[in-house]
Amino acid sequence: MPEPTTLSYLVVAALVFVIGAVGVMVRRNPLIMFMCIELMLNAVNLSFVALARELTDIDGQSIVFFVLVVAAAEVVVGLGIIVAIMRNRSSLTADDLAELKG
Amino acid sequence: MQLIVFVLASLMMILGAVGVVTRKNPVHAALSLVLTLFGVAVHFVSLEAYFLAAVQIIVYAGAIVVLFLFVIMLLGVDKAEDISTEPLVTQRWLAGVAGLGLLGLLVVAVARGADVLTTRSEGLATEAENASGDANIQQLARSVFGDYVVAFELTSVLLVVAVVGTVMLARKRTAGEA
Repeated sequence: MPEPTTLSYLVVAALVFVIGAVGVMVRRNPLIMFMCIELMLNAVNLSFVALARELTDIDGQSIVFFVLVVAAAEVVVGLGIIVAIMRNRSSLTADDLAELKG
Repeated sequence: MQLIVFVLASLMMILGAVGVVTRKNPVHAALSLVLTLFGVAVHFVSLEAYFLAAVQIIVYAGAIVVLFLFVIMLLGVDKAEDISTEPLVTQRWLAGVAGLGLLGLLVVAVARGADVLTTRSEGLATEAENASGDANIQQLARSVFGDYVVAFELTSVLLVVAVVGTVMLARKRTAGEA
């Protein structure tokens, strides 16, 4: 049975990245849009790790480590903003966020 | 065997990703996200990135998705929303076209880079030939705490800024404050 090549990992990562990108464009709930951004980050992480093995270079995995940390910080700040906005409004769609003043 | 694992994990990833985009209920979308994250972790294991697979489960599935679920429950938006109507005409159509175009570009780029990839990898010596789980962690530690130690320290600053900023954002404003 053939082994999966690096190319196939990259194609799967591209597919998941595109699904995430379409999700950000289509969905209007900011929470779902955040989840779609997580999807895109994970797709990029997968391609980093696949290339790290292909090139036998551990740096790809180090970068994934840093991406994880930045993604965690991004989610914390983003959800904090959503909670702060939701304190003054009832509905939750991206269209409600057209004004900067909370 | 490797191929079966690859196909199953890829199916998990893609089904989860489609679920995140198409599910009406945000709780279901968050659970679909867990499916995708587990698929990525399985891929990490088969790509011999054992430490990152563990971190993926602990940080993403354990912390980030739980945070999502907390916020969904806290805000009480765990009702199914109506996604049958599109508020902006042609938005979905345009998003589909843009998505297909992006997918085409990415796949073409990967395919064009494929021959470069194999020639490059022949040039690099395989020092991690006997990579066990321990060897992977040691290599990663040497890289993160050696080559990238400045970036590692900066991430701690980033995390402190994120925590302080979120506390500032989420606290209640008392009277008399700006």
